[in-house]
Amino acid sequence: MKTITIGLLLAASLEFAAADWPQFRGPHGNGVSDERNVPAKLDANSIAWAIDLPGRGLSSPIVVGERVFITCSSGPKQDRLHILCLNAKDGSKRWERQFWATGRTMCHEKTSVAAPTPASDGERVFALFSSNDLICLDLDGNLLWLRGLMRDYPNASNSLGMSSSLVTADGAVVAMIENDSESITAGLDARTGVNLWKLNRPKMANWTSPLPITTPGGRTLIGLQSGKGLVAVEPRSGKSAWEYKDGASTIPSSTLSDGVLFVPSHGITALQIQADGSTPKQLWRSGQLRPATSSPVVLNKMVFTLNDAGVLTSGDVASGSRKWQLRLKGPYSATPVGAGVNLYCVNEAGLVQVVDTTQPEGAVVGEINLGQMILSTPSIARGALFIRSDGKLWKLGKS
Amino acid sequence: MKNFLVCLLIAACWGGFAEGVAAATLNSALADLRAVGPEGSGNAIASAAWKEVAGSDAKALPKILSAMDGSNELTLNWLRAAVDAIAGRTLQSGGKLPVAALERFIRDTKHNPRARRLAYELVTRASPESGAKLLAKMLDDPSTELRRDAVQRVMDEAARSSKAGRNADAIGSYESALRSARDVDQIDGIAKELKTLGKPVELPKVFGWLTQWKVIGPFDSTGGAGFEKVYPPEERIDFNAEYDGKSGKVRWQEFAAQGDYGVLDLNKPCGAIKEVAGYAFTEFSSDKARPVELRLGCKNAWKIWLNGKLLFARDEYHRGVEIDQYRLAGELKPGRNTILLKICQNHQTEDWTKEWEFQLRITDALGTPIASAKN
Repeated sequence: MKTITIGLLLAASLEFAAADWPQFRGPHGNGVSDERNVPAKLDANSIAWAIDLPGRGLSSPIVVGERVFITCSSGPKQDRLHILCLNAKDGSKRWERQFWATGRTMCHEKTSVAAPTPASDGERVFALFSSNDLICLDLDGNLLWLRGLMRDYPNASNSLGMSSSLVTADGAVVAMIENDSESITAGLDARTGVNLWKLNRPKMANWTSPLPITTPGGRTLIGLQSGKGLVAVEPRSGKSAWEYKDGASTIPSSTLSDGVLFVPSHGITALQIQADGSTPKQLWRSGQLRPATSSPVVLNKMVFTLNDAGVLTSGDVASGSRKWQLRLKGPYSATPVGAGVNLYCVNEAGLVQVVDTTQPEGAVVGEINLGQMILSTPSIARGALFIRSDGKLWKLGKS
Repeated sequence: MKNFLVCLLIAACWGGFAEGVAAATLNSALADLRAVGPEGSGNAIASAAWKEVAGSDAKALPKILSAMDGSNELTLNWLRAAVDAIAGRTLQSGGKLPVAALERFIRDTKHNPRARRLAYELVTRASPESGAKLLAKMLDDPSTELRRDAVQRVMDEAARSSKAGRNADAIGSYESALRSARDVDQIDGIAKELKTLGKPVELPKVFGWLTQWKVIGPFDSTGGAGFEKVYPPEERIDFNAEYDGKSGKVRWQEFAAQGDYGVLDLNKPCGAIKEVAGYAFTEFSSDKARPVELRLGCKNAWKIWLNGKLLFARDEYHRGVEIDQYRLAGELKPGRNTILLKICQNHQTEDWTKEWEFQLRITDALGTPIASAKN
């Protein structure tokens, strides 16, 4: 068993360097970085670089090695789709590819066609847009395949906009295209983009993202959250391994930490993941922890929820009981990310607040105002934070 | 000397042969990209073909752009990415794009509008002055993107005239821009300026809304069941008939869409009640058979039939509405055509769920409104 675990760890480290941030909310899909050298004392001198972006977007940047990938949309109908690859060191452009949206691009003014965060398996980058265009490139910008999922499934759309990010595991790319009408989730072959499986999903708008769930036994499942609850499926077959049926939010996504799944359901419901991938056991449920737009984050043995106004609530990870609350300057849409003992919270006005979670009531220990509306969740890689607005991408930290 | 000439001849033949092979390889790769289809079909072959195309010299750009003619939207994106890769590599290495050939490509309006737009962007990147010259003649271009930029140029000119107090010039420029504008935001912007200058615009006519309708409802749609339930108007149009509705007997009645944006509000003729379905019917006369777009805006669930054929159905409620939200391809026949819409209202009671309405127009692919031959 020990050998298997070491093997798995080695495999994981080969696929991504520890400093990579290959998907929405990082390598573990929970918003927490393994890095220890991310600066806490942010100020104007912390900006390593800032670049202008060619279009709007809510997607987070992802980082693979020295490359930063980011998506944008532009044009009067936001139907020009951009995928950019930048050098992490200085923000210079390595390459850019543009595409025409093949699906409807209508969305609420607060979101964007480039809302879903791309994902990488270390060899390829997969980018999804609200128009349901899904594009796969290698790290050098060579086009490997593309899909127009709204051409294939013409009613799979949401007039407010789609935002579910992608995940990739076991050679499959999982795209949640869930909405009021033709509501589906599909697993696509990472090499060709052809469907491995397609599930009919609850007919209800859903902006949550698929979640990689690695069981203590090393099995990888993908959690699909919806208003009905959460189903864990096998990445290559779409077969259900287990299902939690007690309802869940359709905006904040679940978080996995140390084998416990924190589901935005009746506040937060904590589920203990089983080693064999069977149905999890409910550990606790707390109505005192109520995530809003931001997803929960677990750091320093506490589970954190952040409401839209900016109240950060800390709960005990073992019991769910509330520990402390800290009033941040809001409002918030982005999910905080964590590194070491610090939470990095970016409000809608572009103010980055660093919260030291070891302080008795939590304390803001660093601030920087980026001066633009920011709704996007930051990324952490290579000792730095990467944060984007509609018009800019900043690197805060190491130059 | 003789040997030297023989060598030259061999080299020339070999060069021609190599060029022929390269052209055949490119043709084959382009054919593979044109073969991609639904649900990822053709992707595996296209992936290898793309590398071949993207590895081409910049001289091949007009040929690659020409391959967009008649291609589906997926192929357009495969080809576009190859063009981006070639242009990026060429410019990065200090090379030059074939500007003259690209300009010829742009001027030939038979080429795919998106391919022409892409060529224009390449030309502008290499030579902004050349791009500006081309744009000056594109006010009526078949590419919506090129036309938009050309319209914007005239709008800017009008704004400058207006600012300088040359109101007659401003009005002339705005009116010229309005004749060519197809994008809603530009039409609205021009109409606002012309109104300020004392020349109000008849927006319903500019957009070409279908305004004269016969409507019937409300039928029951409790629990959303009315969306799938087939009520009599879906089987037969009989303006003299009377049916059981949700709250009593219902009959067809005349009703007109209102306002600048041609909205037909079913709450008015059918009663503002929830969980209902209503129908709207109109006729449209065409002097010839022609492909058209039916452009619908609606935040309720809906179905639409053209000449009895279901074009599309969508069961989404109150997620948003905009002009031309749905662009549906249809085929008009010569003479009388019929359009039937079913609009459903759901159970929600919030303020923003009161609307039970739609707006519809018929246009060509560019968005130019088409009026009924007989009004």
